[in-house]
Amino acid sequence: MTNDATPMIALEGVSKSFGQKHVLRGVDLTVPKGTSMVIIGGSGTGKSVTLKCVLGLVEPDAGTIRVDGRDMHEGDRDAFLARFGMLFQGGALFDSLPVWQNVAFRLLRGALKRPRREAREIAIEKLRRVGLTPDVADAFPAELSGGMQKRVGLARAIAADPEIIFFDEPTTGLDPIMAGVINDLIREIVTEMGATAMTITHDMSSVRAIADHVAMLHDGVIKWTGPVSEMDSAADPFLQQFIHGRAEGPIAAVR
Amino acid sequence: MSLTAPLGLIGRSVLRALAGVGRVAIFAARAASHIFRAPFYGREVLNALLQIGWLSLPVVGMTALFTGGALALQIYSGGARFSAEAVVPQIVAIGMVRELGPVLVGLMIAARVTSSIAAEIATMKVTEQIDALVTLSTNPMKYLVAPRLLAGLVVVPLLVGVGDVIGIFGGWFVATSSLGFNPAAYLKNTLDFLEPLDVISSLVKGCAFGGIAALMGCYHGMHSGRGAQGVGRATKGSVEAAAVLILAANFLLTGVFFSI
Repeated sequence: MTNDATPMIALEGVSKSFGQKHVLRGVDLTVPKGTSMVIIGGSGTGKSVTLKCVLGLVEPDAGTIRVDGRDMHEGDRDAFLARFGMLFQGGALFDSLPVWQNVAFRLLRGALKRPRREAREIAIEKLRRVGLTPDVADAFPAELSGGMQKRVGLARAIAADPEIIFFDEPTTGLDPIMAGVINDLIREIVTEMGATAMTITHDMSSVRAIADHVAMLHDGVIKWTGPVSEMDSAADPFLQQFIHGRAEGPIAAVR
Repeated sequence: MSLTAPLGLIGRSVLRALAGVGRVAIFAARAASHIFRAPFYGREVLNALLQIGWLSLPVVGMTALFTGGALALQIYSGGARFSAEAVVPQIVAIGMVRELGPVLVGLMIAARVTSSIAAEIATMKVTEQIDALVTLSTNPMKYLVAPRLLAGLVVVPLLVGVGDVIGIFGGWFVATSSLGFNPAAYLKNTLDFLEPLDVISSLVKGCAFGGIAALMGCYHGMHSGRGAQGVGRATKGSVEAAAVLILAANFLLTGVFFSI
């Protein structure tokens, strides 16, 4: 049985090494239902690995991961994944498929399969939701700009109305205006869907626009976590160096 | 350096090679099992049939045509040394159907299809499209590998059959247009000489080579390294492995059919 007090995502002592490189050294993190958690940290600190561990794309060496109170290895894998939507850093759109089939990918096959016409209508509606016109639907991903590809990726992430949405570096490679548009879209969509969101980024404007809670990952552990409103006044020197982008501090500039 | 060091080096190389064979065998077994287990991706299978079969027809046809023609010239000039020019139809037929048809089609498929499959899947891997498939509740082995393997197994024997016919036609054309053979007699000699086992061996080889070509493309693509260099290595490795395995499988299968 789960209730509203059960965190949607809970990581306990999650560790992961690749050969001699210890990326995660015991990550403890909880994400309450319906909230937006942003994980910050420098490049190579294990933010993406943390997300991939939750999705089962990377198997942790140790620790437990619970989703809505259940161990992620319990139950049907497809049903587990059907609860998630994910926006990948580079979009990860399928080059060989037109935009609408990318967006409706999940609706065209598997347990959530719908008639082709209905799937296309849903895809166009989701494209509209992220600010793209229906004429984009029949284009191929390579014909779109970086910002449009991110929007298509966002439309795909929300196409099946998931309970949990992951955003991997959603504004990387975008100009500041487009980054602002994507941040606003993420905030709006997460709020209106009531979804639980987990975002990884090192863009502080994204953090302030998207986050309810912030966690800072450094050296394979969570150094600080708390509400975004307390981030600026927190005493943690690692957090303060990171959010102010200072070269001087406990985080070595060369990692 | 100790005297046993070279032995250790050889031993480690052999173990690495055996581990590689084991990984490929497990991959092949998993891929084959997904052909028979739902869900089935019919559109992906049709697309793979089109890419591997239909779109390979021009290159397969040209290869077989020129090889058949050249074979007729070689046999005519070689046979003339002991007054055996008349065997051109028979030797072209047996050479194309038993050996050159399947091997050349297999190698052309390795060059054209294996490389393309490896590059496509490797690019999907480095751009996180494979991860995206998994998050969309889609098994990449089922969606990417099984349709290509099935298409390779089904369509390459057909290509080999077409290649055999075109190769024989190439020999017929050269023999009748420049070597003085009677067109009808050439065809009669060809058909009289060929046995069902010749055709069966050709098609079985095509099936095996199609499976090898598709499997090597998928295996190297799915196990590609990072970045452009990773994609390049996966593509190169897939073609090398497919070509060597096709030639080795041809030797083994020829031995098997020879003993029947």
